[in-house]
Amino acid sequence: MHKQRKITVALAGQPNCGKSTMFNALTGSTARVGNYPGITVERMEGYCKTDNYKIKFIDLPGTYSLTSYSMEEVVARDVILNEKPDVVVCMLDSAALERSLYLVIQLIEIGIPVIVGLNMMDEIKRKGIQLNSSKLSKLLGVPVIECVARRNIGKLEIVNEIIKTSENINKNKPELNISYSSDLDSALDKMEDLIVKNNFLTDIYPPRWLAIKYMEQDNEIIEKGRKEKTISEELEKIVAKVEEHTEKTLNTYPEAIIADYRYGYIRSLLKEGVIERTQEFRRTFSEKVDKIITQRLLGPIIMVCVLYVLFWLTFTVGAYPQGWLQDFFNLLGNLGNAYIHNEFLRSLIVSGIIDGVGAVLSFAPLILIMFAMLCYLEDLGYMARVAYMLDKLFKMFGLHGASVMPFIVSGGIPGGCAVPGVMTTRTLKSPKERLATILTAPFMVCGAKTTVYLMFADAFFKNQATLVMLGLTIAAWFFALVVAVVLRSTIIKGEPTPFIMELPPYRLPTMYGIITHTWDRVWQFIKKAGTVIFAVAIIMWVLMTFPQLPANKKQEFNIQKESLKSQYVTNTTKSSLSTEKLQEYQIKLHDLNNFEEQTALKHSIGGRLGVWFENISKYAGFPWQANIALIGGFAAKEVILSTMSTAYSLGDFDPDAAPPAQQGNNSASKLIASTHSSSSTLEQSLRNDPAWTTPAIISLFLFILLYAPCMVTVVTMAKEATWKWAIGGTIGSLIFAYILSVIVFQVGTYIFM
Amino acid sequence: MMGRLKPMRQMHVNEKGIIVSVKAKGELGRRIRDMGIISGTEFMIIGKAPLYDPVAIKMKGFTITLRNSEADYITCEVEG
Repeated sequence: MHKQRKITVALAGQPNCGKSTMFNALTGSTARVGNYPGITVERMEGYCKTDNYKIKFIDLPGTYSLTSYSMEEVVARDVILNEKPDVVVCMLDSAALERSLYLVIQLIEIGIPVIVGLNMMDEIKRKGIQLNSSKLSKLLGVPVIECVARRNIGKLEIVNEIIKTSENINKNKPELNISYSSDLDSALDKMEDLIVKNNFLTDIYPPRWLAIKYMEQDNEIIEKGRKEKTISEELEKIVAKVEEHTEKTLNTYPEAIIADYRYGYIRSLLKEGVIERTQEFRRTFSEKVDKIITQRLLGPIIMVCVLYVLFWLTFTVGAYPQGWLQDFFNLLGNLGNAYIHNEFLRSLIVSGIIDGVGAVLSFAPLILIMFAMLCYLEDLGYMARVAYMLDKLFKMFGLHGASVMPFIVSGGIPGGCAVPGVMTTRTLKSPKERLATILTAPFMVCGAKTTVYLMFADAFFKNQATLVMLGLTIAAWFFALVVAVVLRSTIIKGEPTPFIMELPPYRLPTMYGIITHTWDRVWQFIKKAGTVIFAVAIIMWVLMTFPQLPANKKQEFNIQKESLKSQYVTNTTKSSLSTEKLQEYQIKLHDLNNFEEQTALKHSIGGRLGVWFENISKYAGFPWQANIALIGGFAAKEVILSTMSTAYSLGDFDPDAAPPAQQGNNSASKLIASTHSSSSTLEQSLRNDPAWTTPAIISLFLFILLYAPCMVTVVTMAKEATWKWAIGGTIGSLIFAYILSVIVFQVGTYIFM
Repeated sequence: MMGRLKPMRQMHVNEKGIIVSVKAKGELGRRIRDMGIISGTEFMIIGKAPLYDPVAIKMKGFTITLRNSEADYITCEVEG
């Protein structure tokens, strides 16, 4: 086998230009997603092999330009400047040629070989526009290839051109010297000379380009220059002088002049016969659709319907695979119970690992389905319309129109899940608004909280579950938005990020893109479940299990069990015991077992913490049983029910045991039915516990709503933001929820009691 | 000389115009320019969001949205 020559290619392009479609076409199944270190911008890489070449493609994030205002732009620029690919392929939307060439020009200015892919040629042909691509190629001095990425047209030509270009790299260095007005040009010349003479950062940046970036007052570059010192100050002085001059004579500034001249250059190119017929403001298909979809009244109605269908599909269809997974983990648990004889090991594996990781993994199908649909809506172009319709509302709270989806998916309509919710914030391009959304979206009423609330509502507010859920949902939105405002005016302070956003034409998404994208997300989630969540599950188990009851205590329980047995089974043999008697015996034994579990739980670290926390929690009205349950609830909110149940000596209350189809409105009563073997229900015990006054209940409801995201959400938050924000957000929520609960309990008690 | 000058915010749906000047600086200015909104660009207002903000404008070959507060920086010559 002969050795293949390696070529590295960066794929650039503006958002919505079909760049990802071309990337998929070029790389097929070799594409892999990663992240750039420290930030959440995805890094896609893939290969394309020919007989003699192995071409590595790096898919740059979609950017309109190469300034340094967004993470995406910095990343795209850094890849080109630092990794120095052999060729840059820049895809562009032929319909938006003028704007697209703005990016091409900036790429050529860097001085790297560029190949232009004119995408969506079919769309503009249909519109009756004639585009002369060979003319464009001649004028720009770079190869231009007509493509229709969706139908694989142009793919081979691009590959061939890449090979050709990389073979004569020195001949193909594009030369482009745009005049930026005489004032700027002379200053740029002077700066370029200075840079070359002093070898100022020339190992990384081309001199002319560096001079232009200084003129544009690019923060990133100037900061790097300041570290280097030498002539940085001198360069800045030249720029300041030019700025003063342009401000006085033209009432503008260098950065704007550069942009104007770039566009001027593009316009002059296009006028030289590149486009034969200019476009008119004819109503396109997308505009006709938008007339209805973003209509004042119909728009919001359609949006609600779309969301409803999204949730309905996720939770009815998703319930089946979720149920199968739960069954599978139950089966694993049963197997573990049957075949692992060592008591410790069994408890660790069954109650700790299988239950913990299983509870999390059973969410994977839901995330898969919801994500696939969100991805579809995003690629279709609908999400941009949602952001457009709701931006005004969210801007008032320091957020962005695109914050709405994360909120709704997290449980803005009860039953969501904060994990995919936090993940959807990726469509939000403004960092501050995005962070505020990530920190507040977990307040929403997710599916797990819904189960807990329905159970409690059934116990305390009989027949008013609907009203309670409605109140909680409103409360969730209220607190999320209020906290967002507070965050945006304190620790995440800053001007609203500009909303300038493209409304892309509606285009049917390619299935391949959606499947790969969704699978990547779900796979990352599964990997997290296998690592961090695995560890937390074990920690939670240790908290709830150790230290175990001392030997003499255990002995005591065993003696009690023996004596109970002897009461019933002494004189007669077991078989002749009457059914009533047998039942009575079983109930008593069950209660005794539960009492042992309760005692053991109270004895564990978790239990002791719960009891100790009573010192603090009594001001909010929670007894120790609630405290342990809330600690357990950090693992997953459903655990609040099972732990509370054990703490009230009712045996293990397993919410996962409920069949998936029943996890709707009446799940709570079904859950109770499924554990009815116990002599009393959690409902009754709660109702009979004098600690649970109405103010205490409301205080608990609020606390559960706000106190902390579950561990899976925290991990997701850390991935989408940073660990610092994820942990800070969790602690902040805890303090906020506690203060609120104390106020509610104290004021409530004062008024009602 | 064909039209009157007014800030983009005051334009109505279906009105056409040409951009005369963009006064925004810093990030906003850069974002506006990156999208191709510079003097001499023809456009048409094609819609407003249900709460009358943001506004959707159609340019050559694509549609973008802007908040009213951002449209304030853009002066236009209204056609007709």
